[in-house]
Amino acid sequence: MAPRTDQHEDTDGLPDFPFSRPDAVAPPSEWAELREGCPIADVRLVSGDRALLLTRIDDVRQLLKDPRFGRQLDPAKGAARLSTADEGTVFTGSADVEDLMTGGDHPRWRRLVGRAFTARRVNGLRPGMRAVAEACVDRMRENGNTADLVSEYGFPIPVQVICALLGTPPEDVDRFSYWSETMLSETKYDQDEILAAQAEFAEYMLGHIADKRARPGDDLLSELASGTGDAWMSDEQLMVTGIGLLVAGHETTANMIGKMVTMLLADRSRWEALLADRSLVRTATEESLRMDANMGVGLPRFVTEETTLPSGEVCPHSTVISSLSAANRDPRAFEDPDRMDLGRSPNPHIAFGAGAHSCIGQALARTELQVALEVLLEQLPTLDLAVPVSELQTRSGVIVGGLAELPVRW
Amino acid sequence: MTRMSDGMRVEVDRDLCCGAGQCALIVPEVFDQDEDDGLVVLLEDAPGREHEEAVREAGAVCPTGAITVSG
Repeated sequence: MAPRTDQHEDTDGLPDFPFSRPDAVAPPSEWAELREGCPIADVRLVSGDRALLLTRIDDVRQLLKDPRFGRQLDPAKGAARLSTADEGTVFTGSADVEDLMTGGDHPRWRRLVGRAFTARRVNGLRPGMRAVAEACVDRMRENGNTADLVSEYGFPIPVQVICALLGTPPEDVDRFSYWSETMLSETKYDQDEILAAQAEFAEYMLGHIADKRARPGDDLLSELASGTGDAWMSDEQLMVTGIGLLVAGHETTANMIGKMVTMLLADRSRWEALLADRSLVRTATEESLRMDANMGVGLPRFVTEETTLPSGEVCPHSTVISSLSAANRDPRAFEDPDRMDLGRSPNPHIAFGAGAHSCIGQALARTELQVALEVLLEQLPTLDLAVPVSELQTRSGVIVGGLAELPVRW
Repeated sequence: MTRMSDGMRVEVDRDLCCGAGQCALIVPEVFDQDEDDGLVVLLEDAPGREHEEAVREAGAVCPTGAITVSG
């Protein structure tokens, strides 16, 4: 019988998703069990709604590449809610926004924004990234030989980089970080808090856009705001773009720096291998992305038509969550998938998604991760975890995954 | 020309490309991205042996399957 979802159905007895992890970086045991026994699994979300969970990489790849289905989860149309807040969060938006971000206008958006994130442009940002990372290390050293690597290193680097790229002030980090987090809420914020934050974030970004239109600078928002003809974008489109890039540009990479360093220090031989051979930095960052067991809930799709995945049928009106992390440990695609192999190549993981909507900032994220790791290896070769992995606390109540803090010493 | 007829051949599909830039990061001698739209530009359709491993890696990790490597 084909699995299906309907949030009004009885969800008693379904496994609660997301699953709990043994520790901050280890995967839940359910992933492997479902991947082998029930690759299209009924689960219950924190909202109480029902969804299907994919854990095999072939199923995930095919669904993410299917242009028929979008990420917009409209409860009025029968989609499940990811969040405990009634009206949904980052994955729900107005129709014109969806047209730009996932609809017919998306290829144009992808071209206009994508040219700012090419390998060439990103490589040009490397010296600036390195300077930011080195300045973080200098400040950490001034305070002794211990630090919280999340707040003192992992977070400030991507914030500085994305703000410089967009042309918004990094000093506003406390405000836009709070707004970002509400947009990524799973259980942490209620509907009023989310709506108030989104209104403030929109006003903030519209202010910058008006400023860029009047006085263009040498930054991406100015470049986009000065577009004409086919490159023209409305204020609202620019606002959504600016917010999307600011949120995605700092949340995900910041979290990943902490998780990557944790995985590499959890087994000292990994760190030593990198100290001995810096050419492993690139493949080690890719392997860290693949091994990330705390990536967040995964990517949702609202499946509106009958579709056949490699593992079976999905009925219309199903909300389907692709667990990128579970798929990245699929033994069908990765030999010895639970082993961290710093030289693994090729490493066709899908931490950035797959298909036409895969992360537009992935070259930037990859480069930031590489630079963040290189600078730590150079400047703090004796770096070590200051507490056991079992004591590390993860962020909770948000759909992105990361460490609450990462105490280190050197 | 020193190209061997039985060497590796590379094709790219710009309609599939999403501009992820993995290929251009891994082997910039063979792949670049268009400055106007970020989509792939193939610099060398018959890369030399020194790039073979990297080109195969780029093909394997492309998120949209826009790179075809043969030979």
